[in-house]
Amino acid sequence: MDVRSDRIRESSRAALEDRDLQRALGRAGPLLKSMRNAGMATLDRPEALRERAHAVKRETMARLDEMLTLLESRIKEQGGQVHWARSADEANRVILELARKNRARSVVKGKSMATEEIGVNDALSRSGIDVFETDLGEFIIQLAGEPPSHIAAPAIHKTRQQVSALFARHFGAEPTDSIPEMTRFARRILRERFLAADMGITGVNFAVASTGTIVLFENEGNIRLTTSLPRTHVAVMGMEKVIPTLEDLDVFLRLLGRSATGQKLPSYVSLLNGPRRTGERDGPEAFHLVILDNGRTRILGDPELRETLYCIKCSACLSFCPVYLQIGGHAYGWAYSGPIGSVLTPQLVDRKRACDLPYACTLCGACAEVCPVKIDLPRLMVALRRRYQESPEWPGPSSRVERAGMELYAKALEHPALYRLVSRLARIVQVPFRRGDRLVHLPPPFKGWAAHRAVRPLPPRPFHSRSAGSPGHPEEVEDE
Amino acid sequence: MRVGLFVPCLVDQCFPETARSTRRVLERIGARVDVPGEPVCCGQLLFKAGLWRKTVPAAKRMIRVFERFDRVVAPSGSCVHMVRRHYPTLFQEDPVWRDPSLELSRKIFELSEFLVHQSGVEDVGAFFPGRVTYHDSCQVLRGLGVREEPRRLLARVRGLELVEMDPPDTCCGFGGVFSFKFPDAAGALALAKAERILATGAGTVTGCEPSCLMNIEGVLRRAGHGVKAFHLADILAGSTAGSRPQSNHGTP
Ligand code: SF4
Repeated sequence: MDVRSDRIRESSRAALEDRDLQRALGRAGPLLKSMRNAGMATLDRPEALRERAHAVKRETMARLDEMLTLLESRIKEQGGQVHWARSADEANRVILELARKNRARSVVKGKSMATEEIGVNDALSRSGIDVFETDLGEFIIQLAGEPPSHIAAPAIHKTRQQVSALFARHFGAEPTDSIPEMTRFARRILRERFLAADMGITGVNFAVASTGTIVLFENEGNIRLTTSLPRTHVAVMGMEKVIPTLEDLDVFLRLLGRSATGQKLPSYVSLLNGPRRTGERDGPEAFHLVILDNGRTRILGDPELRETLYCIKCSACLSFCPVYLQIGGHAYGWAYSGPIGSVLTPQLVDRKRACDLPYACTLCGACAEVCPVKIDLPRLMVALRRRYQESPEWPGPSSRVERAGMELYAKALEHPALYRLVSRLARIVQVPFRRGDRLVHLPPPFKGWAAHRAVRPLPPRPFHSRSAGSPGHPEEVEDE
Repeated sequence: MRVGLFVPCLVDQCFPETARSTRRVLERIGARVDVPGEPVCCGQLLFKAGLWRKTVPAAKRMIRVFERFDRVVAPSGSCVHMVRRHYPTLFQEDPVWRDPSLELSRKIFELSEFLVHQSGVEDVGAFFPGRVTYHDSCQVLRGLGVREEPRRLLARVRGLELVEMDPPDTCCGFGGVFSFKFPDAAGALALAKAERILATGAGTVTGCEPSCLMNIEGVLRRAGHGVKAFHLADILAGSTAGSRPQSNHGTP
């Protein structure tokens, strides 16, 4: 998928002016939050469970190679095949090759972030293969020609009127306001696509190493059909999705649905063990697992950033992020959005393009508070900012002016005499901008700030002013 | 107890009155307050912008200047959080500065937590007439875990009626560098905050973080609303003659 994260400043501004988007987000935000909170409230000891989830992920990452090798051999024992893909291109080549071998003309897909990441839909359709999204939300945005804007609710940015208009335009459907009616309509279309499909592609929520089980969560039943009706099922997973045992799965089973939509369990949980065996009534004839690296090994080898890989893509951090809820997912410019997008994207794609993402955050900490695996997202955000500022391998996001300003500020904090000088100068410089109790027509970088706020002039003297007499008691003279 | 008053750069430059209020409140409960003669700053803006190397000299000064105090108190939750949470990270590989940074991180307190937990005081003898709503700043609430302390202090202020926002703990959109890089998104968040404040009908919004209050006040004033923003210290400093601080846990 194309990376447009370098445009986040422009696209976030456009998003703020998009009425439909603002309406959709304004409605979705409170709903997503209250659902997640209600879901977590049904747990006995949610904190302990989050700790446990974090620990499982930490331990798994510490021996990821071993876990993945075990997973591979279990899958093979069950008659499945495993493919390793170092990059998005490699993954797409593998999938395309499988499609060709199977003479697949039509592919159905379940909702999956990994396949968004690699952009498999484009790769397949360029080769003349039809790809149909079958998750309702994905179905909608595929019609609109847009990427998902939320991990769990991909079409969250669409109002129902927009959806109805899409159905009318593409299928000549009667315009309606009723969601059940639209759902029924979509189902009818999807049914035919399922029956005609030669291949099904899904993501993977968890891959259990000890048993070779692929675990998939969903609410609509479309994934179940995607994995069982077509002759071939291809599952694509980021290599961090492996977990050691079924017992560990229990921990995540209890957390994922609740964190995403507040559900104790999603409507369907599929545990898949390879292709159909003799005597079994359903399941695909062939099962392929594509294990995707695409930059993950590098993250794994970076102790400061490794925690990024603990993510189970539940979307809770998006639903609680004040910035995400203002600008929506598309502004982030790539598959992943919200806090995890701001942390993950710079580590997976062209760094220069993603350099503004870690700054699209107020460090409010709401995300870390809800993350089911307790990823310290604000810490990662600041760690990435540090890379961008201090490491030559991370091309910086700051302009010359910004850098000079920061340099001066830093020096002033180090040298009190300079601090006092700057403080005195600022009080002189502000004079021409002063209109009563406001500063107006301020130049950048204060311009944007002043566009939304009345800015007060600095008071005549700071607390620590020289006229304040003996050091240690500045207020004696200042109180006048 | 010798208390060092830490006046962060924002308070020093923009809110000198809040520094004086903090001192007044601390003295009223019987603390011996001392202010370092030279301005000093924790460096959080630099640190959070990613400029760790540039943060180090400021942080070292901060540690040195407050070495001689038993306790350090600041009218800014984010600065206290910076020292408590991030100084240990900043100096974790520095054999000389690691321990001093840890020491400061353990003895520095945001005003409301100092009053309630370190001094056992909830009633500082303050008087402030009117309806007030309290903004939970992110670094105060999620950073320091301070939610109840300011509310308990406000509950004892004579004449004050505390009304809660729905909800009180959403981010005001300041976020330091964020509001300069993304001024419009920051503005939208501040506006949403302002609307919640207005919905309470309060004439004053208060909090423990000067940067949020500056942000919120700017938006309110630009929209022509008369709601005032006061730091908690300023509210607690307002007193009626004769009222005396009382302790729930013995004399401070
Ligand atoms: S970072 Fe945490 S909250 Fe965000 S999607 Fe990943 S697991 Fe969920």
